[in-house]
Parts: sequence; C-alpha cells; structure tokens
Amino acid sequence: MINDLCERLNRNFGEDSATIINEGLQQTILVNKDKLKDICLWLRDTNGFYFDFLSSITAVDYFPKNEFAVVYNLSSIVYQYQLTLKVLLPNGRALNDLPEIDSVSAIWRTADWHEREAFDLMGIFFVGHPDLRRILLPDDWIGFPLRKDYTEAEMYRGISTTS
Amino acid sequence: MEAKYSQAYHNYLERINNIGSTEMVINMGPQHPSTHGVLRLELITDGEVVKEVIPHLGYLHRCFEKHAEAMSYGKTIPFTDRLDYLASMNNSHAFVMGVERMLGIDDKLPKRIEYIRVLVCELNRIASHLIAIGTYGIDIGAFTPFMWCFRDREHIMNMLEWASGSRMLYNYIWVGGIFYDLPVGFEERCKEFIDYFKPKLVELDELLTHNEIFIARTAHIGVLPSDVAINFGCSGPMLRASGIKWDLRRVDSYSVYPELDFDIPVGQGLVGQLGDSWDRYKVRVDEIKESVKIIEQCVERLTKDFARTTDFDPRALVPKKVNLKAQSYYVRAENPKGELGFYFETQDKSDIPRRVKARGPSFNNLSVLPELSRGILIADLIAILGSIDIVLGEVDR
Repeated sequence: MINDLCERLNRNFGEDSATIINEGLQQTILVNKDKLKDICLWLRDTNGFYFDFLSSITAVDYFPKNEFAVVYNLSSIVYQYQLTLKVLLPNGRALNDLPEIDSVSAIWRTADWHEREAFDLMGIFFVGHPDLRRILLPDDWIGFPLRKDYTEAEMYRGISTTS
Repeated sequence: MEAKYSQAYHNYLERINNIGSTEMVINMGPQHPSTHGVLRLELITDGEVVKEVIPHLGYLHRCFEKHAEAMSYGKTIPFTDRLDYLASMNNSHAFVMGVERMLGIDDKLPKRIEYIRVLVCELNRIASHLIAIGTYGIDIGAFTPFMWCFRDREHIMNMLEWASGSRMLYNYIWVGGIFYDLPVGFEERCKEFIDYFKPKLVELDELLTHNEIFIARTAHIGVLPSDVAINFGCSGPMLRASGIKWDLRRVDSYSVYPELDFDIPVGQGLVGQLGDSWDRYKVRVDEIKESVKIIEQCVERLTKDFARTTDFDPRALVPKKVNLKAQSYYVRAENPKGELGFYFETQDKSDIPRRVKARGPSFNNLSVLPELSRGILIADLIAILGSIDIVLGEVDR
C-alpha cells in the first residue's frame, strides 16, 4: 500500500515531494515541507485512502544536530490503514527564530491542540494556526522544555525553581 | 521574542478584556468539583447561555515526556500509570506492547501472561467506567449511583491490590512479562466478584439508566455527529456513541482479544438523538457488561487451559537491558477513555528513547468541548463535560 501511495504522491505533487524511509517495523513517508498541506488534504479526501483520523502530532528534537521533525500519525477509519508522515525542519535553535511549518488544523480540527502542544513544549511555529497560544505551560514561560538543550530558569515570577 | 509568537495570546487577552456589554466572563474551575480535576474553563456568557468556552489546561502537567527521555523503558512504566490514573493497567499495557514489538518478543510471550494482562486490564476498565458513571450521576444531581459505583469499584481495587501490592498505581505489567503471577485464589475471587456484580449492574440500570430525570437532563444534550467526532480525533466511547463501530481491541486485534468473544456497543439514540450525552453514558454501561464477559472467559482459560504451574516464571522474558536500534514506532491500544497511543523514537546504542509522545484520549476528547458547547445553557455544560469523562492526569500529562 505504502509504495503505491508514495508513487501517487510524487506523481500528483511533483518529484521529491515524498520518500519512504525504513525505520524498523513501521514505514514512514518523509514529506517535503512546502507540499505538506496539499498532501494532507489529498490524503484525507482521496478515495482509497481516506485518512480521516489524525491520531497525534509529535515534535522531535535531533540534538546535537540543528534539526527538528514533526511527525503525523494518521489512520483511516474506513480502510483501517495507518500511516506516519514526517517533515524535517532544519533550524538554528534561536528563541527568536523558531522552525516554521504549515498548520493542518484546517484539515483535521484535532490538530489545533496538538500543534499548540508542539509549539508550547518544542517551539515549532505553525503558520496559519487560528490560536497558537501555549497550552500546558503558563503564557509567560520562557523557553521550550522538551528541547534537549533547554536549561531550567532559576526564577519564575520571583520564586526560586531550584532550592 | 518575535511579536508573532505572542500574537495569539494578545488576541485572547483582547477578547477577554473587551467583551460586549451583554456578555460576562465566568471562571469555572480549577477547583470546581464537576470538572473532575483541575480543569479551568473560561466561559463567555450571555445570561444563562454560554457563547464561548475557553479551556485552560496544564494545572497537572508533570512532564511525563521529559521524564521518559531521561530513563530506560522499564523505569518509565510507573510514570505511565500516572497518565490515566483510573486505568493504570491499560496504560502500562499499551506502553509495554510498544516496547515488546520493537524488541520482537511480543509473540514469544506465554499465553498465561497475555490472559492475565487482559484480565487485569478489563477489571481496570470496569473500575474506570464505574467512576465515569458514578461521577456523571453526581454531576447531574443523582447521589446514590455514585456511592453504589464506588462500593463496587472498591472490590476491584482490593483485588488488584492483592495482585500487585498497590491500590491504584500498579506497576504490574512489565516489558516481557508481569511482576508476579496472580496470587493463589485470585481466579476464584474473580468468579465471586462477577457473581456479586451482575445483579448490581441490573440495579444500576434501574436506578439511573432509565431514570426519567436523568434522561431529561442528558438526552438531546451535546449531540456529537460522527464526522465531527472523527475530525476532532475523538475515540473510545465518545466515537462509538456517535455510531461508529471503532474499537482497537478488534481493529488491531492485539494481545489475546481475537480469541475472546465480545461485542462492541455503539450508540443508537434510544431515548434522544444519536451521539447525545445519554448515548455516551449508555455505551459505557454496555461496555461494562462486555468486560464482564471477557473476564469470565479469561478466568475460564486461566483455570483450565493455562492453569497455574509451580515452575511458571512470569519474569522469564524480562530483558536485563532493552537494546534497540534507531527506529520509530507508534503503538495504540484501547483504553477505557479511547485510543491511547505512544510514539517512540529510539536511538542507537542506548536504552533511553530519544522521544516518547503520549497521545492521551482525554486530551483529544476534551478538545471537542468548545465546539459542543456553543449556545447551550451553563447547566448543560456540566452534563456535556461529565459525559466526555476526562481524567486530567492524561490531559496534562
């Protein structure tokens, strides 16, 4: 299934928009960052796939490489398929220059909170998200704790965090 | 920090600070009893009508994912217990299954271990659903079912404490096995419990399910159509109540579930509309009955086909060190609340994962609340929130 799917993606969205990577038991499709939104919409609406259920969005930090990844776990309720999409985002880790990627919250509404979580904890900026606030941490938190190079601030609102 | 990163927060502040002259902002929680934990809902109301709900999460954030990146797989199991602390067995079962599949030992496990795992998971599922039903009753104003449910749940807690040594956070299911074999006499006690519990379910049905006041408060309230449920990533009883027969125990047929005979209850809109709050409640009641069926079959097999032997070692396959090559794997399992998923990304030459993401069902089920509660009464918001059955330990992780 996945080889056929990858071929069709490359035919519809241009060469190099999708490649399969083998990482153990589950195969993953590596998606070109610029084509992500179109591919997701196509995957959701195309007869034969109907990936209508977005299970989760995970942001991964590849420290010490200056690279992040966003992983989409999809499943199709009709056909009972599962699919993993991955997008690589090279970035210099500066707090004023976050990695950017298109939001898919218009395609799956559940992506809204998942993307807010990825922004909150890993600092991925989702372009076109309707309400990209922090979700688990307070709004005045500084830094993104799930990054491997995160160091805890010594004080938060005048309270020591170490003691 | 660039301005666009905090733009959404300023938009939110502007919305709250500049509400219309007929609107009022009301805070519900985090110490409100009917939010089932520390959930804060900010309501923008017009009289009794809710115009908008803004949920604020994170009061119970305990950095599960950061912890999981700092220790080996076996040490993370007690942390998974604390995700959905009402169904700890199911959490660790899902986590352990993922690690076992990556190790390639999932099909080498003795059947007895698999049956014990399913048995304790289904017991825990009943306990979790009993809390969902009991607290839902008390949200709406029915006090007695709450006491009855907690009374029956106590039996399950005592049984699981007997097996694992702990009342709620068991650390019983390990990678490659279980902590100890079941204590001698556990199967008989299961049978006794089922005999005791079956009439109690009938009583509960009479007391609450077909109670006229309860139906008046829940039927036609918070109707969730199936396409909206899928789009918002709802799973478990939420999705099934909307009429979709989607149960991962059947879809993925993991563990020994293919060998067991049980049905998947779906919502039918018997007293109201398909996918209303009463349907969500009813699916949970029916699932308890199915779990009772599964437990009976498990006990049957555990006493006959896979009976206890003196030389049985439930920890024979437990690896001393989990050595994996770099790979990624997404495992999912049917929790009482819905699809619990773990996304693993492992690294070479290390027994510590690079990334573990927990996909909590309550987190996704809760995200549909602002959509469901547009233009309803404040009292109905409680009825809807109760029917979603969230556990904040899993929402905030």
